[in-house]
This record gives sequence, C-alpha cells and structure tokens, in this order.
Amino acid sequence: MNEHEHAHDSHGDHGDLPRYNHPVSVKLLLTVFFCLVGLTILTVVVNGFGLGQLDIWAALLIASVKAAIVCLFFMHMFWEKGFNIIAFISSLFFVTLFIGLTLMDTRAYRDSQDKFPLDKRPEPTVVRDANS
Amino acid sequence: MSTTPQAAKLFGNAIGEKGNYLNASRGIKSWLLTLDHKRIGIMYLIGVTVALLLAGVFALVLRSELFTGTKMFLTEAQYNQMFTLHGAIMVFAFIIPSVPAALGNFVLPMMLGAKDVAFPRLNLCSFYLWLFGTGFLLVAMLTNGLDTGWTFYTPYSIKTTSAVMYATMGAFILGFSSIFTGLNFLVTINTMRPPTMTWFKMPLFLWSLYATSIIQILATPVLGITLLLLFAERALHIGIFDPAYGGDPVLFQHFFWFYSHPAVYIMILPAMGIISELMSVHAHKKIFGYAFIAFSSVAIALLGFLVWGHHLFASGQSTLLSLIFSAITFSVAIPSAVKVFNWLATLYKGSISLVTPMCYALSFIFLFGIGGLTGLFLGTLSVDIHLHDTYFVVAHFHFVMVGGTLTALLGGLFHWWPKMFGRMYNDFMGRVSCFLVFAGFNLTFFPQFVMGARGMPRRYARYDPEFQIFHQVSTIGAFVLGIGVVVAFAVLVYAIYRGPKVGGNPWGAASLEWQSSSPPDYHNFTHKVVMNDPYDYSVMVYDEDLDTYIHREFTVPEKPARTEPEPTTT
Amino acid sequence: MSSVDTTAEVHDEHHDDDHHDHGEFIAHHFDTPEQQYDSGKLGIWVFLVTEVLFFSGLFCAYVLLRYHQPEVFVAASEHLDKVLGGINTIVLLFSSLTMAWAVRAAQLGQNRFASRLILITMVCAAVFLGVKAVEYSHKWDLNIYVASHYNYIEGYHPDAPSEGLAGALGVSQSLINLCVLPAILLVGFLVAGVIYRVRESQAMSALYLAMAVMMGGFFLGAVGGQIYQNAAESAAAHGGDHGHDAAAGEHAEEAAVTGPDTTSKYPPPIGMFFSIYYIMTGLHAFHVIGGMVALSWLYYRCTRNHFRPDYYGPVDFVGLYWHLVDLIWIYLFPLLYLIN
Repeated sequence: MNEHEHAHDSHGDHGDLPRYNHPVSVKLLLTVFFCLVGLTILTVVVNGFGLGQLDIWAALLIASVKAAIVCLFFMHMFWEKGFNIIAFISSLFFVTLFIGLTLMDTRAYRDSQDKFPLDKRPEPTVVRDANS
Repeated sequence: MSTTPQAAKLFGNAIGEKGNYLNASRGIKSWLLTLDHKRIGIMYLIGVTVALLLAGVFALVLRSELFTGTKMFLTEAQYNQMFTLHGAIMVFAFIIPSVPAALGNFVLPMMLGAKDVAFPRLNLCSFYLWLFGTGFLLVAMLTNGLDTGWTFYTPYSIKTTSAVMYATMGAFILGFSSIFTGLNFLVTINTMRPPTMTWFKMPLFLWSLYATSIIQILATPVLGITLLLLFAERALHIGIFDPAYGGDPVLFQHFFWFYSHPAVYIMILPAMGIISELMSVHAHKKIFGYAFIAFSSVAIALLGFLVWGHHLFASGQSTLLSLIFSAITFSVAIPSAVKVFNWLATLYKGSISLVTPMCYALSFIFLFGIGGLTGLFLGTLSVDIHLHDTYFVVAHFHFVMVGGTLTALLGGLFHWWPKMFGRMYNDFMGRVSCFLVFAGFNLTFFPQFVMGARGMPRRYARYDPEFQIFHQVSTIGAFVLGIGVVVAFAVLVYAIYRGPKVGGNPWGAASLEWQSSSPPDYHNFTHKVVMNDPYDYSVMVYDEDLDTYIHREFTVPEKPARTEPEPTTT
Repeated sequence: MSSVDTTAEVHDEHHDDDHHDHGEFIAHHFDTPEQQYDSGKLGIWVFLVTEVLFFSGLFCAYVLLRYHQPEVFVAASEHLDKVLGGINTIVLLFSSLTMAWAVRAAQLGQNRFASRLILITMVCAAVFLGVKAVEYSHKWDLNIYVASHYNYIEGYHPDAPSEGLAGALGVSQSLINLCVLPAILLVGFLVAGVIYRVRESQAMSALYLAMAVMMGGFFLGAVGGQIYQNAAESAAAHGGDHGHDAAAGEHAEEAAVTGPDTTSKYPPPIGMFFSIYYIMTGLHAFHVIGGMVALSWLYYRCTRNHFRPDYYGPVDFVGLYWHLVDLIWIYLFPLLYLIN
C-alpha cells in the first residue's frame, strides 16, 4: 500500500492539503495522551490525601484541565473556527444557568423535604433475598 | 416592456428537465423515501394537520362536556384523559413542529437560494421520528390513556395507572425530531447562505427560525433527560423525584420548565417570523426596523431561558428566585413589543392589500397583543397567586398559541400556498375562514379570562352554576373556531384541484423563494437567482405576459438598444 | 501533488483550488467540499451541545443530591472500586488517542492505517463495557440496586455460585447474564464474517471480523475485571476483620451525624446514590455502544478507501463524538468514584 509515503510528520508542510485540513502531529497526540494519563493518576493520588472539603474541587479542577486538553488537541479546538468554539462553549453557559438557578431554589425549600418521616419510607423491593 | 427568456424561466412556470417537485417522480415510495426538503415539508404538513384535527376534536369534546356544570357524557376520569391528550398532542405533535418543520422545511432553503437543507437524510429522519413519537402518543391514548396533563408532573405521573411510559417515550422521540430539525436549520442558515447574503440581508423568517433552532438545540435535550428520568422512575422507581428516598419532587418542575418555557418560544418565534414576511409583502412596503426585529428574535430566544421559574410561583419556590424570575419575565415583553410596534410601523402608509394572508396577520397582531399582555398579569407575583391554575391561564396561553401560532400558520399557508402548489385559492372564502377563526377564537377564549379572574379553576370537569354562561359562550365559540379551521383547510385543498394557476411571484414579494416557478422545480431554481434586498419591492414589476411579478433585471427597456442584460448572479 | 488514495472509486484527479470539483462524495446540494465539511463540522459541534445539555440534567440531579446529603455519597462510594474505574478511564483515554490518530490518518488519506486505529478504538470501547459489566454484576450480587430496590446489608457476602456455567467458571450469575448478548454477537459476527469471506465480499467480511474482534474486547475487559475483582476480594478477606470494624465504626459515626430518628431499619437513603450512578453510567454506556456502531461504520468505509484529504468528514465527526463520550467520563470518574 502506498499510505506510508504520505505519513510524513505534520511539522512538514501540508501545502497539498485543503485549507480546512489540519492534521495534528503524532508527537503532540502522544504528549497529550501521556499528560491525560498523568493527570488521571494525579487525581487518584490527590484523592488519597483526604483534603476534606477541598477534595471535590481538586478533583473537578483536574478533570477540567483534562477536559480542556482533550478539547483543544484531540478535538482540534485549537484550530477550530471561532463560531464553532462559541457554539460549544455556550452550552456550558446554559448548563451553569440551569444547574445554578435550580440549586439556588432547592436550597430554599429543602428543609421541608428533609422532614420526610423516615419511618414512612417504603420497604425496599427485594430483587433477591439477601439472607438466602 | 418585454421580458427576457430568463424571466420566463425564473418567474414563469418553465421548469427543468426533471419537472417540478410534485411530478418529478411518482408513487408512494418516491414520497416516503424522498430527501427533498419540499416533499418532506409537505409530508410534515399533512402530519401536523392530522394531529391538529385530532387534538381539535378532543378540544370540542371537552368544550361540549363543559356546556353544563354537571355530567353530560364524560366521567371525570375521561375528562382528565381528554384534556391531557388534547394538550399533549397539540403541544408535542402539532405546534412545535408546525411552523418550523412544515412551512420552514419548504421555505427555508428556497429563501437561501439553496437546493436543500444541509442534511437531507437527517431531515427525513426527523420526519420519521415525528411519526414514531406521535405513534407512541396514540398508543398511549389507545391503551390506558393518559391523565397527567401534558406536563407529566410528579408525583402523580409516577403513581397513576395510565400509560405514562408510552407517552413519555413518545414525547422523548418527538423531542429528538425537534432537535434534529433545529440542528439542520441552524447549520443550513450558517453555511448555505449565498456569499452575498450577509446576516442582515436575510429575510426575517430566517432570523426567527434561527432563533427557534437555538432554543430547540439548547432546551430540548433537557426535556429528553427529564422524560428519561421519569421513565426510569416509572420503570425502576429510582427515587430522584421522590422525597421518600431523599429525592426532590419540585426538581421535576425545574427540569420540565427549563425546556418547556423556552418551548413556548419555539412555538411563537417562527410564527412571528411569518408575520414579519406577511406584513411587509402585503403592505408592499419595506419592513420597518429590520435590525430590531432580527435582534428581538434572538433576545426572546435567550431571555426565554431565564424565566422558567414563573411556572413555579405556587410550588414553594424560594421568594428570591420568584422575584428574579418575575422581573425577567417582564423583560420578555420588551422584544415582543418591539416586534409588534415595528409591524404596525410597517403598515403605516403602506399600500395594504387585504388578501387572506394579511387578514390572518392582522388577526395575529390583535390576538398576540392580548395574549402577550395578559402574560404580564401572570408574571406579576401577587396577581399570579390569585390567577394560578385558573381559566385565566388557559385563556392566556391559548391566545398566544392558537391566536398566535395557529393564526400565523394559517396565514403562512395562505401566503405560500400558491408557491407550494402553483394554484391560487378563492380569496373571498379565505377571508371568510379568517373571520370565522378570529370570531370563533375570541368567543371561545375571551369569556375564559373573565371566569378565570372570577376563580374558575382549570382542568375541572364540573363547575358552579355562576360560571355556566361563560362556559356556554366558550363552547359555542369553540365550534365556530373549529368550523373556521376546517373551512380554511377546505379552501386550501380545493385550490390544489380547482384553483387558477399562478406564476412564480403572484404577490410581488422580493425574497428569493419567489424567484422560482410555482410549484418550484425539483432543484428549486432552474436559473441562478438574482440577489436583492428581500424587502425592496421596487425591484419587482408586474408583467402582463406572464401574469406575475418579475425582477426588474429581466425587463427589456422599450428602446431595444441594450443586448440581453447579464443579471448580477452569485 | 496529491496524497489521494488512488482507488478504484476515485478516478478524478483532485485539485484543491477547484471549487467545482463535484466528486462523488460531495452531496448535490453543496457547492464545494469545504462547504460540505464546514456544514458537517458545525452540525456535529451543535450535536455535542445537545449532548452536553442532555447530560446536564443528570449532573444537576447529582449536585443537588450530593449537596443536600453528602453523607449518602460518602457511604455509598465505598462500593465503587477506584482501580476498576481508573483502568476504565485509561482505556477510554487510550481510545481517544487512537481515535484522534485515526482522524489524522484519514486527513492524510491513509485509509488502511486509519482502519487499524479505528479497530483499536472499537476494542477499547468494548473493553470499557466489559469492565463495566463486572462492576455492575458485582453490585447486583450485593443487592445494590437503585433506591427503591437497594437492599444491601452490611457485611453481606453472596454465596459462591455452585451450579451451571456460573459455578463452573466461579463467577456470579449476573455477570454470565450480562455476557449472553455479547457472546451471541461475537459468534454471529464471526459467522457472518466467514460467510462473506466465502462469498468473497472482502469489505463486508473485514467489517464483521472487526466487529467480532471488538466483541472479543468485551470478554477481555470482563475477564480482566473479574480477575482483579476476585483478587481484591480475597485480599479484603485476608485483610480480615480489622477493615470491617473500621467500616462499621464509620457507619456508626454517620448515624450519629444524621440524627436520632435514624433507626437501624432506615439508614440514610444510600440507594439514592446508586440511582444516580446507574443512570449516569448507564446512559454513558449507551453512548459508548452508539459510538461502537458508528466506529464500525467508519471501519467499513476505511476498508473501502473512502477517505481522502478533501473528504474525511465522517472520521472527524465521529471522532468528535467519541471524544465527548470520553469527556463525560472524565467528569464521571472523580464525581462517582473519588468521594471521601
């Protein structure tokens, strides 16, 4: 097969490619992958420290960094058209809006629901007898 | 004055070798498997019309039952099922797809001078999803019925024995149909505009469809997940909406209205787009305040996401949040009023022809005005506590959805019918249908404002004698409205078979879809379209030979000095 | 010029600057390959927006419930194995790498190389599901279901299955049940692959054999996961009573925090966590399955040499979808598995 003739590094010029075609170099892909693996290990390690309240924020921060590099390099956002980036990022704005306002509200009436009498809670439906 | 051969091609009924889209191929399969946006639009139109008539019959059954305050022929349980099915089918299967999917599908690519939407297969897929979704709703109706109201509120929807699972499945699938339509239109408008058609040279109908698509894309997935959770709640009892397991029943309302309030704008925004077109074309005057109307569509779409909590004023929602939602609700009135004032300003000193589409457009302004203003009453916190769940609410949203969307849909159909089928309808009968719809509608829903304000709750099968007179007027009105809608469709269908043939541009409209033959060629245009301002009617001149309006580019001056002028093509 | 695969199907010479090059992959309603590509690209980004909002409802429910009942989440996350979750994270990340690489290959017109990378991606997806099956079945064995069916009793260990296939393999019946469909598919794909081979339909045969390999990935994941699970359990059993006491102690503390009304019969609604867990991971798994179908389709098109530097949209678009599935898991992993 003749493909390997074309497997030149993307640092080389791609003058023969259409202008919307931006191949990412293999080196960059591998770098990104090992960064992602490193961050995954990091998040498990950080979780082991037992930072208490900060735990969740640390985990989310690391997850967001991972998400950002996946978006930028694997999903080619780095080279993407402005409009497409705005379209995708705007979804996060609406998600924030949705979750934010909903949470703001439930905090206000939650007390009344926490008073739900626990002994009125229905018995669990048994799928398999635990004691057999 | 004579015309060039291209004019005959563009505006006369000369068509390409494949024929027009109606006769390009024959047989049921050529319709069911078509990828042509025009045929898909027609199939949608047939589908939503059937849904409209079905749900309309439910409405008449409801109104008949309410003729007296005691039992006539429906039990309370049957009554609950009737209003639920009326609401669910009207909302999910009719109004949401009506203007965008039926009319929009036909008109949108042609307004862009394009051959089709960006993803024709996805478009056909949307239609079949619509068909399946509606099928599920019908299965729900034929098995155990549905008695939750179209909103599926928990906890009742978890407990009732009616066919909630089928219905949620149906609404879920219809949601995907809607998402795909929105996605398709958004991409089409973004990438398939002709190079010289910048954003601010698009017809306003496209702006409104664009705004609608934004809502469909951002809001509808949340409906999907809500219904999926409800489905899981029914199937497995996961407890997310059940306080017994630490869940939260009000959460459902948040989820539901995060979609369903924006969905209200999915229903009205395309209608507003139609009205922008009708006002300008039939007043033969450039639209007033183009940019304001365009931006107000987007503003309504975005503000629509910030007001869902006004459906929850009586749910125990926090006071702070209620205040915020109430304030933002008022602000929606601003872009809506911007539109109405600009339409009125468009009429000012226009040369108005009171043809059927214009009659419907004028009805729209009146009815939408009332519907919109009463929305402000309901957005007011203290007033809403009094009016919540009364007939006032029912009347309000019917003024917007029937008075607004249905009227605009009919107006749009009368406007584009000659383009769709190449035949003109009987304009007098069209106006009669408009009068019947307008009168019947007001007769039905005006009394409901009064009885609502006096405390008649919605969704009750029985009522006190003091409300009887209002209910009776309302019932009579409902039948007049029903007759009006039937007359309108009868006039339209009759025109297909017996109406006189028309040329490409009977109204003298300037947007691109009128530069094709009527009915359009299979590929929409047989010739490159001439780009011009969609609201500059001076470029269109009447041509007696072709009996239609043609672009001035194509007229040959009396002194035949010039050779055939080359049109500025794209 | 031209890194174009010269195949039986692509006859015409390709010119980048020729905007009237209506190759067979340009749909009739587009003017240029670029317009077609841009439309598809915007379409898929917008589709991803809908996916983000689709999942946002679940994240909303998650945040709400965790905010109000943190103790439920702490108690429940003990049933989730960080190692299995971590392995699955790495598997998905690796599949993202191969996917991104496949896009590069398609961009350069290297169809054969792209098809191999896509096959690796498919296998990774199946491995992910195999591990997930082990996790699910292990919970079901302990009666850990959604809230209304949650019936886990502290210290309960299911008896080792003694009968049938489950007994013979020493794994739980639930895992066997989860493996039935993949096994049928594996055999079916193999048979279909062989049949097409005999009929000399190379592309179809390659497709079915690739799908069979993919289903093999499922069993790879399931077996690997189960071996780890068994090892972890025996380690816990040898680790002995100490660990158990500590866990019981923690539970007692929680009971004290939640207040005096908590009778032993009505512990905090831990099942709620699993409602969220099953819905989130289940929906994610459905997206993985959807991705597997789409990837198989890409594999087929690669073997037919469909892609070239001016036409690689489908690989790019499915790639974007696949990365989103990965993105969602990137958030699900810490939110579900890493709770202290």
